[in-house]
Amino acid sequence: MSYHNPFTPPRKSATFDDYTLAEIRRAAATGIYDIRGGGTKRKVPHFDDLLFLGASISRYPLEGYREKCDTSVVLGTRFAKKPIELKIPITIAGMSFGALSGNAKEALGRGATLAGTSTTTGDGGMTNEERGHSQILVYQYLPSRYGMNPKDLRRADAIEVVVGQGAKPGGGGMLLGQKISDRVAQMRNLPKGIDQRSACRHPDWTGPDDLEIKILELREITDWEKPIYVKVGGARPYYDTALAVKAGADVVVLDGMQGGTAATQDVFIENVGMPTLACIRPAVQALQDLGMHRKVQLIVSGGIRSGADVAKALALGADVVSIGTAALVAIGDNDPHWEEEYQKLGSTAGAYDDWHEGRDPAGITTQDPELAKRLDPVLAGRRLANYLKVMTLEAQTIARACGKNKLHNLEPEDLCALTMEAAAMAQVPLAGTSWYPGKGGF
Amino acid sequence: MPVFDLSQTPLRELNSALHNLGSGANDTAFEVVNPRGSHAVAVGIDSPITVEVRGSVGYYCAGMNDGGTVTVHGSAGPGVAENMMSGTVVIEGDASQYAGATGCGGLLVIKGNAASRCGISMKGIDIVVHGSIGHMSAFMGQSGHLVVLGDAGEALGDSLYEAKLFVRGTVKSLGADCIEKAMKPKHLEKLAELLEKAGVKDVKPEEFKRYGSARKLYNFNIDNADAY
Amino acid sequence: MEMAAMCGIVGLFLKDKALEPRLGALLSDMLITMTDRGPDSAGVAIYGDLAAGKAKVTVQSADPQSDFDGLETALHKAGISASVMVKSTHAVIEIDAAQLSEIRTVLAEIRPNVRVMGSGESVEIFKEIGPPKDVVARFGVRAMGGTHGIGHTRMATESAVTTLGAHPFSTGADQCLVHNGSLSNHNNLRRELIREGMTFETQNDSEVAAAYLTAEMAKGKNLGEALTGALDDLDGFFTFVVGTKSGFGVVRDPIACKPAVMAETDQYVAFGSEYRALVNLPGIENARVWEPEPATVYFWDHGKAA
Repeated sequence: MSYHNPFTPPRKSATFDDYTLAEIRRAAATGIYDIRGGGTKRKVPHFDDLLFLGASISRYPLEGYREKCDTSVVLGTRFAKKPIELKIPITIAGMSFGALSGNAKEALGRGATLAGTSTTTGDGGMTNEERGHSQILVYQYLPSRYGMNPKDLRRADAIEVVVGQGAKPGGGGMLLGQKISDRVAQMRNLPKGIDQRSACRHPDWTGPDDLEIKILELREITDWEKPIYVKVGGARPYYDTALAVKAGADVVVLDGMQGGTAATQDVFIENVGMPTLACIRPAVQALQDLGMHRKVQLIVSGGIRSGADVAKALALGADVVSIGTAALVAIGDNDPHWEEEYQKLGSTAGAYDDWHEGRDPAGITTQDPELAKRLDPVLAGRRLANYLKVMTLEAQTIARACGKNKLHNLEPEDLCALTMEAAAMAQVPLAGTSWYPGKGGF
Repeated sequence: MPVFDLSQTPLRELNSALHNLGSGANDTAFEVVNPRGSHAVAVGIDSPITVEVRGSVGYYCAGMNDGGTVTVHGSAGPGVAENMMSGTVVIEGDASQYAGATGCGGLLVIKGNAASRCGISMKGIDIVVHGSIGHMSAFMGQSGHLVVLGDAGEALGDSLYEAKLFVRGTVKSLGADCIEKAMKPKHLEKLAELLEKAGVKDVKPEEFKRYGSARKLYNFNIDNADAY
Repeated sequence: MEMAAMCGIVGLFLKDKALEPRLGALLSDMLITMTDRGPDSAGVAIYGDLAAGKAKVTVQSADPQSDFDGLETALHKAGISASVMVKSTHAVIEIDAAQLSEIRTVLAEIRPNVRVMGSGESVEIFKEIGPPKDVVARFGVRAMGGTHGIGHTRMATESAVTTLGAHPFSTGADQCLVHNGSLSNHNNLRRELIREGMTFETQNDSEVAAAYLTAEMAKGKNLGEALTGALDDLDGFFTFVVGTKSGFGVVRDPIACKPAVMAETDQYVAFGSEYRALVNLPGIENARVWEPEPATVYFWDHGKAA
């Protein structure tokens, strides 16, 4: 009887998986790190790991559609003479003209206006399309100061001092030359076709003590009318929130690591910052410790997709959520309709993230006039408005089931967690228990 | 001429008065006394008024000036004339860091010295410094002119775009991608114009050296990675 | 948790003896002007001459009533001839210089809840929660004379608003430091200094800077040399103003983003986070006013001048 050695199938490394191997080869071949758009693609604990408890006997639910469930919110009540009133607690996050086409910016303005909420400029200044079609427009004040000027400051409805964003807390941006068209170059005062490097710190202030003086200047220039937001990436949310409040912010915008960017290093997007879920409770704690919760409003962004996400963020203590990636998808980004063209670019619908290259088949993240024409701003605006309304109805459905006549009455006590990680990050009990990691006395 | 004594009057009253000039307003000349290092003095001016500030100011004096003429008879704190659009700002004394930061237009004249990061991220402003400037000046300067009659500190013009830098004295070191460039007749002409506007006499354009971007960082190249 | 403090800092080093009785008043005004930069807590260190062979220890208590009551008698019983002057939550204990190390051991035994804020032959340190005007009033700083002093008003960033978290930090005899900025390698450095035998009262990054300077000076460096070393060994953003028995030093990190203004006349050298802090000093109109250069150590010493 002969003995055959049993066959051992080839085994691939879990550490050096196919994606990792491909990336090493790509880096070796090109000598440049991978730049891409969007937020983190790795799986992180998220709102999906939380559930609402709903009502039964100990709590009483409200009747859907008939019994009121208020969704409105006012931002900038602390110091601004002209606070902002939103019909829904969902806003459109800052995205630049430059990163996005003029039509895309117009579509975002139209959609937000139809839904009764605000949209936001980005690193590149304010366009007339955007101002004209946005009833409420937040003007970002960024380290680069591209397109920053006092006239636009005064025709904005609020000013957002951007210190950081979730995709890259501590980093600047990089808009590659392909997207620096004549108009973008003119707005940013740059030569056409060069890589635009955005600074990571503001040019004329550093730290919260200087920020307080910068905010004073912006308030004096705008005669104390506009709410001043301060936007930070999800890094050290307790302290960053507390310091923004101490420096005089009306509103704190907190962007977790699922929040997108127009373009930055993949290594930055995937390895720096905290998941949105982990950012909210420390920020709310900071506001509560200062006696400022709901007085200085908290806007949370990064990976918000549905009315359930909205309701969960609000239950954890946020006043408003903001969407970027989801808004782009609503107006047509990564749509399977363009699959053939995504394939030609070596990608597929749902995975396309080379936004910096400016060849977006959907005509959204591009400055190519032919591609940009593909997006009808009126139709796209309508789609965004529909989506915002669906999210609002979904959030109301959940809030009513929890017996709330205001979305903002949702509480952490309305939630339970499916995983230990989510329980620890959201500080809500693991489902079926009264305990979460970090809470004593189990 | 309306006079605002900042030891008696809140800053808000001053800036509010400077912003709300009706058309055909008679009082277009203002005086500010006792600024005592206050921040945000005369910010957001949006009409061709003049403001004489008697004393030294804090952060962001004449910030975002658009058309006004502001003279500080003293020294200025950080960020003087930041993001200026048009008009003229004159500092009789010294200026702290970030003078003229991100300025898009207009003329900033500093009769004394300017500290670090003078003209950082400048976007079209013209800056003339009678004395010397500190380190990291004109960092990421995009356009406009920075003229320095004295010396420049470390890392002048680091990551420079198209701003043009003219220095009469020594440059301690040049930043990444900043090089000395030939002085052509058009540069001499522009320099002469700026010197005259800034009230500089007895100094010839030929005494300056010109510095500008080597444009090596304009499109990413792995061999320049050390400079990023 | 950690650490850094954003804030306003001031310092005043007198050259003219005629100004010495006014040191406390001048420094108080400078500090109060900086309140906007940090209203959470404030502190001052005042250096004044003392009779030869004498030393003083500044202590703080959360319960001054019971801790300071009968303290002088208790110290006498323990063999330390001391005179105790109570100032609000702090007390300044004057003793023979020879008993400077002994008194710490004795205090730990008889008053375990009392914290030593600083000690030496000339320094007194007062710091508390609250804005500068309250802190200055509480300790009667205006009435104090002296040769030089430093002050700090704090906007806490990542560490608690407590008395111990307030500046100045004193980690060696007659040495203290105030800091504006935020260090980024203090956790590692703290672990190293602990291995070298230093002890820490807080999680504050500024205390690490103070302890670093103390450790370097213990190795034989003078203040100027220790500050030069700090430029290599400390990472992050900082402006430090430092006092020693007879010296006064200023250093900014190489990036030098945090504000700093200095003024010098025949009568004094003054430091402020902003020019506003200096506007009430006598003769400021004719002072030489400048911003300290990055990565440059500035250092004055009464010992040298004398």
